[in-house]
Amino acid sequence: MAKVLEGLYYSESHEYVRVEGDFGFIGITDYAQNALGNVVYVDMPDVDDEVSAGEEFGAVESVKAASDLMSPVTGVVVEVNEALEDQPELVNQDAYENWIIKVEISDKSELDSLMDAKAYAAFCEK
Amino acid sequence: MENKRTCLYDKHVALGAQMSPFGGFDMPIQYSGIVDEHQAVRTACGVFDVSHMGEVLITGNDAERYVNHIFTNDVVGMPDGKILYGMMCYEDGGVVDDLLVYKVANQRFFLVINAANIDKDWVWIQEQAKDYDVTLEHQSDIYGELAVQGPDAEQVMEEVLGIACKELTFYTFKQLNDVIVSRTGYTGEDGFEIYASPNYINECWDKLIASRRCKPCGLGCRDTLRFEVGLPLYGDELSADITPIMAGLGIFVKLDKDAFIGKDALAKQKAEGPAKKIVGIELADKAIPRHGYTVLNLECAPIGEVTTGYHTISTDKSVCMALVDSEYAKLDTEVQIQIRKKVFPGKVVKKQFYNKNYKK
Repeated sequence: MAKVLEGLYYSESHEYVRVEGDFGFIGITDYAQNALGNVVYVDMPDVDDEVSAGEEFGAVESVKAASDLMSPVTGVVVEVNEALEDQPELVNQDAYENWIIKVEISDKSELDSLMDAKAYAAFCEK
Repeated sequence: MENKRTCLYDKHVALGAQMSPFGGFDMPIQYSGIVDEHQAVRTACGVFDVSHMGEVLITGNDAERYVNHIFTNDVVGMPDGKILYGMMCYEDGGVVDDLLVYKVANQRFFLVINAANIDKDWVWIQEQAKDYDVTLEHQSDIYGELAVQGPDAEQVMEEVLGIACKELTFYTFKQLNDVIVSRTGYTGEDGFEIYASPNYINECWDKLIASRRCKPCGLGCRDTLRFEVGLPLYGDELSADITPIMAGLGIFVKLDKDAFIGKDALAKQKAEGPAKKIVGIELADKAIPRHGYTVLNLECAPIGEVTTGYHTISTDKSVCMALVDSEYAKLDTEVQIQIRKKVFPGKVVKKQFYNKNYKK
């Protein structure tokens, strides 16, 4: 059973946002890391890049394939998780602890179109 | 169309394998994980269900002459119990399929072909046979197949399955009733392949899994293993458009033997040098070149395409095989690869990224 954390917002493409004030920590869900298998590379944007809700901002690569990362919200990248450059496997170890980018969210109303934990857990069951 | 299932399908599902379509079959891609399974084969032993592979038996007065007509390697003078790798080519030198030819006895050959090409190959093999006194039997549904691979494979075969195989040398086989055992594989490690009835294959599988000396392995690591040692996959490094000469597999094309399909075109290509070649490319960065990505020269003009790429498990490097214009095929040539929005520098290297460890 994939782990789903309360209090996060989830997208249908299996990214999450953990909101702290004006900032959002974006990563992939436990369900996604499990489906991908061994993560061997995370392609991250640069700090100050703009990301848009529903648009690709990078990729997570497993041994077998590359999966695009879709941003759940619009904003500006203020930090990338540099630990993943040398240890991409951290995403497999704990997908929620090891977020990928931190963005300054420009429009918090976008969060309303994402799923809460309960809805996402049900979505993964389908 | 519904995918076919191998005789071990239910066992894969019961083991919790991730199943995916491949070559018209629902096949296990991984069980415990590609990295774990890959390491098991490199360091100990793994077993693969490769029952999706196709088999054709060719017999009759002209069997030898016929096989030599459709096959790039030379079966004349081959001893019984020997196996050769090679290709079936079109007249223009493009590849119908790459395959193994087992010489069972005088005028009796057993061909092992790729799952994805079974229907096409069967039509091709029949069409070319018109002027030959041969009997063709399509046996893909009769045989299941296991590959037991890794440095411990010989011990596991003998002790777990009770199949004596010490005396089998590289690329030889023996047949006991309806069971064929060969010292072959597609991993770069020592290993064996067993062709037998679905019942026997199921028995062997159960014993191997129960012994815990052999990890179940999926097609995911089969691809990473074959890639690391530079073995081609039909559809990636060989195709109707990629000849064995372009792929650097000229050693399996015997241009000194009698006429065979594709000989003239391949001889010409070898003499003139092909316009494109399969090369290895190593990237400085960790980004991973994947099948279909564009290879660029230093001026950013496209010069080719990636055929297979991985971040290798055994050597921890981002490398690929690619089909590039021949002027860029020299070792150490600097090239670039477009990966999503960015361009990454790399250089041409030998396409064997990890040394084979065969027992010969």
